[in-house]
Amino acid sequence: MEPARDLFDTSPALPDVFARWFTSRGWQPRAHQLELLAKAKAGRSVLLIAPTGGGKTLAGFLPTLVELSERGLRPRNLKSTGRALARSQGLHTLYISPLKALAVDIARNLEIPVQEMGLPVRVETRTGDTPASKRQRQRRDPPDILLTTPEQLALLLASADAPYLFGTLRRVVLDELHSLVTSKRGDLLSLGLARLFVLAPQLATIGLSATVAEPDELCRFLVPQPLSGEARADLVVAQAGAQPIVTMLDTEEHLPWAGHSARHALGEIYAHIKTHKTTLVFVNTRSQAEFLFQELWRANDDNLAIALHHGSLDVAQRRRVEDAMAAGKLRAVVCTSSLDLGVDWGDVDLVINVGAPKGSSRLLQRIGRSNHRLDEPSEAVLVPANRFEVLECRVAIDAVAENAQDTPPLRTGALDVLAQHILGRACGEPFLADQLYAEIRAAAPYAELARSDFDATVDFVATGGYALKAYERFAKIRLGKDGRWRITHPRVAQRYRMNVGTIVEADMIKVRLVRSRRSGAVVPRGGRLLGEVEEYFIETLRLGDTFVFAGEILKYEALVEDEAYVSRSDATDPKVPAYEGGKFPLSTYLAARVRALLAKPDAWRALPDQVREWLEIQQWRSVLPKARDLLVETFPRAAKYYLVCYPFEGRLAHQTLGMLLTRRLERARLRPLGFVANEYALAVWGLGDVALRIARGEVSLAQLFDEDMLGDDLEAWLAESALMKRTFRSCAIIAGLIEKRFPGEEKSRRQLTISTDLVYDVLRKHQPDHILLRAARADAASGLLDIKRLGEMLSRIRGRIVHKALDHVSPLSVPVLLEIGRETVYGEASDTLLAEAADELIKEAMS
Amino acid sequence: MTQAAQNLAESEGNLIVLAGVPLLADPRGALYWAEQGLLVVADLHLEKGSSFAARGQLLPPYDTATTLARLSHLIANYAPRCVVALGDSFHDGGGPARLGDSDRESLRIMQRGREWIWITGNHDPEPADGIGGSFTDAFMAGPLTFRHLPSGATGEVGGHLHPVARISHRGRAVSRRCFASDKTRMVMPAFGAFTGGLNVRDAAFADLFGTLAFTAHLLGDSRVYSFAAKRCLPD
Repeated sequence: MEPARDLFDTSPALPDVFARWFTSRGWQPRAHQLELLAKAKAGRSVLLIAPTGGGKTLAGFLPTLVELSERGLRPRNLKSTGRALARSQGLHTLYISPLKALAVDIARNLEIPVQEMGLPVRVETRTGDTPASKRQRQRRDPPDILLTTPEQLALLLASADAPYLFGTLRRVVLDELHSLVTSKRGDLLSLGLARLFVLAPQLATIGLSATVAEPDELCRFLVPQPLSGEARADLVVAQAGAQPIVTMLDTEEHLPWAGHSARHALGEIYAHIKTHKTTLVFVNTRSQAEFLFQELWRANDDNLAIALHHGSLDVAQRRRVEDAMAAGKLRAVVCTSSLDLGVDWGDVDLVINVGAPKGSSRLLQRIGRSNHRLDEPSEAVLVPANRFEVLECRVAIDAVAENAQDTPPLRTGALDVLAQHILGRACGEPFLADQLYAEIRAAAPYAELARSDFDATVDFVATGGYALKAYERFAKIRLGKDGRWRITHPRVAQRYRMNVGTIVEADMIKVRLVRSRRSGAVVPRGGRLLGEVEEYFIETLRLGDTFVFAGEILKYEALVEDEAYVSRSDATDPKVPAYEGGKFPLSTYLAARVRALLAKPDAWRALPDQVREWLEIQQWRSVLPKARDLLVETFPRAAKYYLVCYPFEGRLAHQTLGMLLTRRLERARLRPLGFVANEYALAVWGLGDVALRIARGEVSLAQLFDEDMLGDDLEAWLAESALMKRTFRSCAIIAGLIEKRFPGEEKSRRQLTISTDLVYDVLRKHQPDHILLRAARADAASGLLDIKRLGEMLSRIRGRIVHKALDHVSPLSVPVLLEIGRETVYGEASDTLLAEAADELIKEAMS
Repeated sequence: MTQAAQNLAESEGNLIVLAGVPLLADPRGALYWAEQGLLVVADLHLEKGSSFAARGQLLPPYDTATTLARLSHLIANYAPRCVVALGDSFHDGGGPARLGDSDRESLRIMQRGREWIWITGNHDPEPADGIGGSFTDAFMAGPLTFRHLPSGATGEVGGHLHPVARISHRGRAVSRRCFASDKTRMVMPAFGAFTGGLNVRDAAFADLFGTLAFTAHLLGDSRVYSFAAKRCLPD
């Protein structure tokens, strides 16, 4: 049944030439395409929610193409008219995507209808790769449709001719909006959008998004917010595709207690690849991808074309995989979230998700990568790598069946991004603080921005925002007699342009393949570039260590400036990169469902036998907590005392809890030695008998887990936390305190930049309420430290702690205990570590 | 010597013997020669924040106050007869002129009643006005020579290189500022609040000491930890 026909027949919105084009392609305009067209024609801003393969992109461009076709041939005026003159025609539509590759791909796809209908429309892209001459020409003589990224928009807005360029703009199309709004790039985009609404009052927006939990929030993002109340774009929801068929791999093998490799299921994964045309194998981390790729090739007796794709691989290498994929030459691609978004990768008929799904929406989006025809169901298989992941996969399958969404709520705009934007605005043209404040409040993420915070941010941009007013003479922007803020030197704008953007990546080291060398010989230079890895990963390696990268086992030979030299190794047991846990913690929603599943033995029937037995033995030996309770188990083992709790709040929140809990245990003289966290549980061990002290009434779990740990204990820990320092670093870079790139200087980053750790220490001591520290705290609340979630958990379990004192290890605790030794153990002060290392040397020397 | 200083002096791990002279390596990054009442600090890089600010990066202006406060604690602890600042005391030649009033005052208070020697460095090659003390390229006492740029000479205490050492243990790495020394020469850690570091496994150190046969004395929170350079990780 195709309801589009009626609408098509009755809708006057679609001009004949378009109707004929649809017919010539053998298509029917879909209902949501026509609905969106009608709303856009009426000047409304619209959010379109549609599954992959729903003709979403065409829907987004249809209003623009129709308008431009009706406008007819435009007279071209190639002379620079300057910004004082508004023109009757110019840039009509701006398309913004999170991925450069996506913008390029969409441009290619748009050319098809434009050419086939002979529309008088010029489409161009503008990305970091666009040559300077073309960029200049685009400013002078803009195309009708420009496809670009949030960073490029910020750059265009920070120039004097922005009013000229954008004055004629009628529409902005925001692709993959659900993904853009969850990051600081979304903040930057929202500010750019607010500026566009001022420059082009007739502007309307179209947002394209996958299904989200709160579409109203995205609707707010799309339109300027009034001073009080809220404004929303209209919502159009496309008809959902066929219900996906999602199953969990019912393995014949022994299900591992811990670990993330899914090695046990390798043969079964391979069998699935063999029986399908093209399979996408999603994993959560780069190291898992490398591992699985290696193992699949080891099992690849049929020589199937299996490729690897992740964000650290060299771009050229990734493009080759993508092209081969699009050409249908590959049987499988092992990939990370690098393939979560965007470009159509050809005819995928199976998605395999290895490891924890982490979130319902996330899983739905991944499943959507298979089978781009709406009427046929997508097929997906979940492969849990350990027993807890079985529980997570089970509830994720239920959530998918209900189409339950757990995308995060809209962000509160970050102050570091605001600082970058304010400087950009001053680089464009002098601004009045009152006007800019009003403009910024129109951006949904900044609708609640206090005037005092805005003023403090302006002050930061001008002179650093320091209580000690020492830098007036070095100001970047200054208030003129006309009441406008303007940059003090053209150099300021030049440096702003070199540092624009909100993506602060870990410092990356290039990996270059060289020939192996005998010890002592000079390392040969200049081999093939394999990709990039994080600097901190290389720091954990010793020369001669082996690791898996780019699908090969490599030996670390040398570090030469910013490049790691590696050679091929014949080692069979490489030192696999430490598991990084993945960037995304288990969603609160799935966590709650896992707890509910544990609390309901009736529901265990749906679980594999091995897992059900495991839970039944736990029930018999200890207890399984009710859905809202926190189970805390204590038991002795090998001369140490363990405390294991099961909050199910994700590794990041558990790590923070572990840091704070060990501080408290230390104060209670329970002499904690270390802790380890996974997505589901936290284990702390030490020399003091916790259970005994609880029994004597000397220690209370309620006090130990009291929310007040987020006060002084948290403060004390933040002073030294490496994670907090990493968070501060990215704020400092985004806000422009630390510049990564300088004009005309070719020196390496290491020589030019100052350690932000030192800046953090000094600033924290002298001005703890400085705006950058506040920005870093706000990030820490939801980012690497996940303090917000920890706070919510502590409040949930108040009065609901169930303590079970056991005389030995419980079944439920085994997975987290197995992480000991495999995982980095946080929690020791680095001084303790030095002392231990020194003592070990002494022991060696004395024995 | 105050009680605190005596306590430190008695802990063996902090004593470094250089050209036969016993020197106390303080975990706060200073060197104390008890016999001479001499306190040595290297690479203060005062006014580094404002130096960056003048070039467009508005780093916090609190580094000078932080560095001077730490120095003042040391001086209160040891009550030295003489303080030697081992060069690069200011981040640039304009530093002394940019010094804030209260910082200038705390410097003056520290200098009261004792000798103060500014050794010139590559960042501050010229004597400056308004900061007290006397200026020299090198300072000799007994068998020791104090000079900014290490030359490798016997009995030399130098700075400039900002040595940092990295130790890995149980899968975690710890990086700290350190003294680098063999029996005949030493490079001091940088003392300034905004001073970064150079790994002791860098070729510069092997060149200076001839081999890797030197020791890195890492600055811990309350003591100094000594490791053979070979045991330290390269970058």
